[in-house]
Amino acid sequence: MLSRTAENLFWLARYVERAEYLARTIDATLRVTALPAAYVGKTNEWDSALLTAGVGAAFYDHYEEANERNVVEYLSFSSENPASIKNCIEAARLNSRSVRTALTSEMWDTINSAWIELQAVWNKGPANREELAKFLRFVQETSLRFDGSAYRTMLRNDAYWFSRLGVHLERADNTARILDVKYHMLLPEEEHVGGPLDYYQWTSILRSVSATTAYHWVYRETLKPWLIADLLILNDTLPRSLASCYSNLVRNLDQIGVAYGRQGASQRHARGIRNRLEHSHMDDIFQHGVHEFIQEFIADNSRLGEIITKQYLI
Amino acid sequence: MAVAFDEMNGLGEDLRPAYQELSRWLKETPPDALEYRRQEAELLFRRIGITFAVYGDSEAQERLIPFDVIPRIMSATEWTLLEKGLKQRVLALNMFLKDIYHGRDILRANVIPEDLIFQNPVFRPEMNGQDVPHDIYVHIAGIDIIRTDPDNFIVLEDNARTPSGVSYMLENREIMMRLFPDLFSRHRVAPVERYPDELLSALRSVAPHNASAEPTVALMTPGVYNSAYYEHSFLADKLGIELVEGRDLIVKNDEVFMRTTEGLKRVDVIYRRVDDDFLDPLTFRPDSALGVPGLMSAYAAGNITLANAVGTGIADDKAIYSYMPDIVKFYLSEEPILKNVQTWRCREPQDLSYVLDNLADLVVKEVHGSGGYGMLIGPAATKATIEAFRDKLKREPEGFIAQPTLALSTCPTCTDKGLAPRHVDLRPFVLTGSSHTTIVPGGLTRVALKEGSLVVNSSQGGGTKDTWILSE
Repeated sequence: MLSRTAENLFWLARYVERAEYLARTIDATLRVTALPAAYVGKTNEWDSALLTAGVGAAFYDHYEEANERNVVEYLSFSSENPASIKNCIEAARLNSRSVRTALTSEMWDTINSAWIELQAVWNKGPANREELAKFLRFVQETSLRFDGSAYRTMLRNDAYWFSRLGVHLERADNTARILDVKYHMLLPEEEHVGGPLDYYQWTSILRSVSATTAYHWVYRETLKPWLIADLLILNDTLPRSLASCYSNLVRNLDQIGVAYGRQGASQRHARGIRNRLEHSHMDDIFQHGVHEFIQEFIADNSRLGEIITKQYLI
Repeated sequence: MAVAFDEMNGLGEDLRPAYQELSRWLKETPPDALEYRRQEAELLFRRIGITFAVYGDSEAQERLIPFDVIPRIMSATEWTLLEKGLKQRVLALNMFLKDIYHGRDILRANVIPEDLIFQNPVFRPEMNGQDVPHDIYVHIAGIDIIRTDPDNFIVLEDNARTPSGVSYMLENREIMMRLFPDLFSRHRVAPVERYPDELLSALRSVAPHNASAEPTVALMTPGVYNSAYYEHSFLADKLGIELVEGRDLIVKNDEVFMRTTEGLKRVDVIYRRVDDDFLDPLTFRPDSALGVPGLMSAYAAGNITLANAVGTGIADDKAIYSYMPDIVKFYLSEEPILKNVQTWRCREPQDLSYVLDNLADLVVKEVHGSGGYGMLIGPAATKATIEAFRDKLKREPEGFIAQPTLALSTCPTCTDKGLAPRHVDLRPFVLTGSSHTTIVPGGLTRVALKEGSLVVNSSQGGGTKDTWILSE
């Protein structure tokens, strides 16, 4: 297929995944900020929402204060923010138009309808909390529909695999960023400074990767920060864990390699990261520092994006 | 202006046979049912994303072309005549182009003044002596046809460069069949759906001689911001070929390749929807980012076929248009089946003075204009506009032609006040491959939605209709 087509499919999937992630971040932050201060402590949750979205610095070019109104606006509707939900959907639609021939009509319909709804219903942004909740649901449903249409209707060939690479690379990045911002909440008991206040923070982390129920099924325990870290980093059964994202990335890259009869740098690099995740234990990670581990992962993950681009997309 | 000939009702209340069933159906169908279907059609168009862009209108970067649900119908007899005329016309266009870029018999015979060719900016000296496979220059032609009476088909314009609109012919039919299954079952409408197959086989038939047995065809688009982008992606999809932009292509050793995820892949035929000027920055406009450096040298080496060929503009130029009847006679020794609109060439002093005296009754067009831009419709223009045009004409008479204001035929159309006659034209698409010329029975019927308006261009508020050719 054309390199440009593969590139568009890759980024299209990333934009949709990112839009959904932003919606879940806003949703989780709203819940935790709605609690009385006695339950969550004094940290500014809206600030950490900005950090997990990776737009902490840019935000302050446009706003004075990180409060609900400003952050929600910046993350969801601002045209100033190139990575706002609105801009993600716009970019996804533009990419879809460029690669219409590579999309199934169901996928196109999902993105195009979302874009039409965005113009028609959400042009001015949600007027109140109730509308905001509706909007966030709309974004998450769009992503589900898009994913579902891709899964159910696309031929299993390179077009599908490049689109999946985008999903998993973006997803790994998102999960890693939450961990990066909140890692201090996830330290083992003896090093932990926060106390019971953090319970709601932990829930919030799980919620932003939609894993609250999953946690209980996997560990059958009350919330323990190191188990949350284990779930999000190493547990291959949780679709948003780093380990699961890398199983998928390795598989999709292998499928491309087999189809093209050639392996390359991206296959090797992805396998390297996957192996490291497979052979890690939470104890070691804590010993060497969660923060360092996550930082390294984020850098490795974005390096994979560059390698894929060089090998296939240009 | 006299009452126009109506496709359904003729010149009075004599219902024409092809419309009998439609007329019955319209009487049975309550008006709000029509309105409901019209809204449904619009929704479908928007969801599928069949839009076009209007240049210079940032508010409406993507617009829908209004779709009218009342079909325009033609009998088999009418179509047979039209088809014959179109084939004759396109054959003559191709012979003319071959001649202009080779022996130039027609100039030596003084049928056309030389300066009209050599001074013409759309004449491409690069094409002199250049052979193209099977001598075909215009693989895809869109010939705009109008009628003023039941007996004649008149060519308003030949489009021999990158004619667009065929996606509407196909999508209009899809939507009509979805919305009006009942009406279809009461008619025997010739299908249009084989157009993509015909187009692909025509394109493959003109591959360079050194192409593989399965030549690779690609459709080249200027990109998503082009007004016809939807059509480009639609056709690439239907043909099952890659939709490429200039940056996807690269020329090496005079061969053209596309960049794919598996490396470079040779391309043999490019169905290009990019104008000549933007094909190759080395040959044409150096500031163009749309093209492919070196494409023209690959073309000259005979390693790539461009459809349509470079330089076809010289055949559909409005100044050449007025000579088309002579061109048909010169190459085919036949009387032209399709008529021309009477045309005054403002470059000729006699014609110019007639035009200047009658501006208020004439339509004046720029020789190199298209899309309905930059033209004067005398009867609809204000005094000031006419005077401004008069100055332009005097300054640069060779830039203009003039034609009488024709009473284009009308066709019943949904309006705010119920069904009413609106002026229509028709653009059938003529495909020429190595062995034969094909015209899928149908075309794009454009309709001027404003009462009395004669401008059917989509960029000027025109709409479209499905075009039905009835089988015997």
